[in-house]
Amino acid sequence: MLAFLVQRISQALLVMFVISVIAFSIQDNLGDPLQEMVGMSVSEEEREKLRDELGLNDPFVVQYLRFAGNALQGDLGNSYFYGKPTVDVILENLPATLELVIGATLIIVLFSVPIGVYAAIRPQAWLSKFFMGVSTVGISIPVFLTAIVLIQLFSIGVTVTLFPEDTGWGSWLNGALSTNGGLPSYGRGDELTHLFGTWESGFFSQDGLLHLLLPAISLASIMLPLFIRLIRAEMMEVLQSDYIRYARAKGLAAPRINFLHALKNTMLPVITVGGVQIGIMVAYTILTETVFQWPGVGLMFLEAITRSDIPLIVAYLMVVGLIFVITNTLVDLIYGLVNPTVKLTGKKA
Amino acid sequence: MKKLLTAFVGSMALSAAPMAMSAEATKELKMAYDADPVTLDIHEQLSGGMLQLSHMTFDPLLRWTKDLGFEARLAESWERVDETTMRFKLREGVKFHSGNELTAEDVKFTFERLKSSPDYKAIFRPFTEVRIVDDHTFELVTEKPYPLLLNAATYIFPMDSEFYSGETEDGKAKDLIDKKGGSFASRNMSGTGPFVVADRQQGVRVEFERFDDYWDTESPGNVGKIVLTPIKENNTRVSALLSGGVDYIAPVPPTDLDRIRNDKNVDLVTMTGTRIIMFQLNQERVEAFKNPKVREAIAYAVNQEGIAAKIMKGFATPAAQMSPEGYQGHNPNLKPRYDIAKAQELMKEAGYEDGFTITMMAPNNRYVNDDKIAQAVAAMLSRINIKVDLKTLPKAQYWPEFDDRAADMMMIGWHADTEDSANFYEFLTFCPDSETGAGQYNAGNYCNPELDKLVEMANVETDLDKRAEMLQTVEQRLYEDAAFIPLHWQDLAWAAKKNVKIEPVLNVMNFPYLGDLVIE
Repeated sequence: MLAFLVQRISQALLVMFVISVIAFSIQDNLGDPLQEMVGMSVSEEEREKLRDELGLNDPFVVQYLRFAGNALQGDLGNSYFYGKPTVDVILENLPATLELVIGATLIIVLFSVPIGVYAAIRPQAWLSKFFMGVSTVGISIPVFLTAIVLIQLFSIGVTVTLFPEDTGWGSWLNGALSTNGGLPSYGRGDELTHLFGTWESGFFSQDGLLHLLLPAISLASIMLPLFIRLIRAEMMEVLQSDYIRYARAKGLAAPRINFLHALKNTMLPVITVGGVQIGIMVAYTILTETVFQWPGVGLMFLEAITRSDIPLIVAYLMVVGLIFVITNTLVDLIYGLVNPTVKLTGKKA
Repeated sequence: MKKLLTAFVGSMALSAAPMAMSAEATKELKMAYDADPVTLDIHEQLSGGMLQLSHMTFDPLLRWTKDLGFEARLAESWERVDETTMRFKLREGVKFHSGNELTAEDVKFTFERLKSSPDYKAIFRPFTEVRIVDDHTFELVTEKPYPLLLNAATYIFPMDSEFYSGETEDGKAKDLIDKKGGSFASRNMSGTGPFVVADRQQGVRVEFERFDDYWDTESPGNVGKIVLTPIKENNTRVSALLSGGVDYIAPVPPTDLDRIRNDKNVDLVTMTGTRIIMFQLNQERVEAFKNPKVREAIAYAVNQEGIAAKIMKGFATPAAQMSPEGYQGHNPNLKPRYDIAKAQELMKEAGYEDGFTITMMAPNNRYVNDDKIAQAVAAMLSRINIKVDLKTLPKAQYWPEFDDRAADMMMIGWHADTEDSANFYEFLTFCPDSETGAGQYNAGNYCNPELDKLVEMANVETDLDKRAEMLQTVEQRLYEDAAFIPLHWQDLAWAAKKNVKIEPVLNVMNFPYLGDLVIE
């Protein structure tokens, strides 16, 4: 266990180093941060002075060494735009993103497991076919389109007048297909609960949860179909295996076979994929957060790029790198718990 | 930082408690802009967003009216003493948010701070000092006679000199202007304006509350609280309005104009803007551009009206000059001159019948439809056999390229900070001179010393009629010379729920006077 952790920590350090070098070396292509800091009519002389103050005129190596020296002491520099330490800015925005990811993950877990299992147990049922069909569609719609459609349907509302209003069935159909809207379409709302540090949570008020609803659904919409299909496929394979047949032959009750014996083995690959996907989901939040003006790190990162806020970009990339390393480590640990035959350090059992 | 602010707001509420609540400012306004204020220090950056904040939390000496006239604010009246001096009388009994009273000392303090601000010092270069006569009288002194004295005075938002004097705990001067952030003034403010910043989470939301002791008791404004949410994504901003999440949004993207116009719950307000979008022809890089005939041919080949109608969907006013209507230099005789046959003929006369190849660059996220406009112009030029190699870039990368004059034709949009024509010429058509900073954005390298001299003469001409004539002559000569290719003035658009009466408080400078906003 200890050896495993040491190995992971040194891996993390290497990842951070590589990311910082790459992020630092692309900064010249990100544009001139001065453009966002001064008005158009400011003279070149003033700009040059400010560039000197910011240390932008130093050679690459000098800039990187200065950055690395500070970074080793836990100081990732100050954001140009926010005017305060980048780590503080990220910590302020991170809770929003984590809550979004948690919300989406809950939706995925709550829906993918029952639907996936059902579709595996009754592959011929029309409901299974329906779910599979919908999931194919879901997987192929880009997340921002889902988001825009959700906003139109549930925030703004649509009035359908396709059918003749004067007939009973027509007005019923019109009414059934129209939506009222009313759900919040942007931000996290006003009723946030302070948990600790910079964590302001929206989980504890109705308003906060309503604000979370649409963004979480759109974020979940990309991963949900994938997990339904994955669980279904794995489960069907497991159901064919000898020990399940044996359990059936022994006369065990179907729910016990399905949910205790089969599901447990189904989940092994699902957890591995899930770990990686949660990391990817953090990246996907950039799109979701932009559409819903969700004040998380994804939105912050995107705006940092348009502003050429280089210290913030570098710090964000390093933090995301760290998150990937941590989630992968956790996945490996959980894997060990679910399947005791797996040895963490990779030695043969 | 939040603590500091709340402490300050708290102490203010205490001091204001015995006073009666002014007016019935009880309505709440939820609004969404495309960005929130970068800082609370109004002298840190000269930008539209900062001026919007200035008008909410401070008050200028005088401000622009809708038709580009002046309206007295903190200055009650003003009179010219001599060629270089203007005497202002300050309104009495005006209170800062801190409770201090406004005096001429504060104006002097503000003026000196403006002179030291990298962004504002250019505007105040013609000024030498603020001379205090008594507590509520002061004189603005310029070096030479300066016709734009009042224009510049709209940028003087008196700051609370007592509040901003002294040092913070870590030994920094409280009035320090620091673009790197963290200065006292960037997190605390005390102005005279209608609103106080009650809470601020940068990039997420800013909450304003009406200042109980606001001096302007005649103001019809009845908004007691404003919540500003920055929503950068156009679609989301529009959705937020249509779903009723916010009451007022700006800007409205041109693609959604119809959607908003057709919605029965919201009102759309549009105005012709003053920002000119144009292309510059780099004479240093391309020999042919030195030939006035070639430049003229290009001017004839570009169809401004087509671009305004088709690409901008009517959301722009076609331009044949830089000065928009209402500016002194606006010359009503100059009309777009699209005529492809004439253009081809001119190319022939100039000896370039077979054309040539040039490079073109434009930003793709700075101005409305900037990349599509560039593509259209490139296509139009192909009709006179000029082949264009176009590259569009995000703005953060575009401006460094612009500074390097990296292409033969480059796009630029310009808004005159002084709301005056001379500013266009000084930055865009003056002979480039790195020492004086003249022609800083003249990427065409167009140079006509005679015109420069005429503008400089206009800049010391205090007879406004004479001055207008001089500036209009300049505009005419630039047109004849086809010094650059003007395209259009980008329109402005705002939208709000029907009960929010935004129209009266909007103006072409795009700083709404929200203190006067009425919600029914």
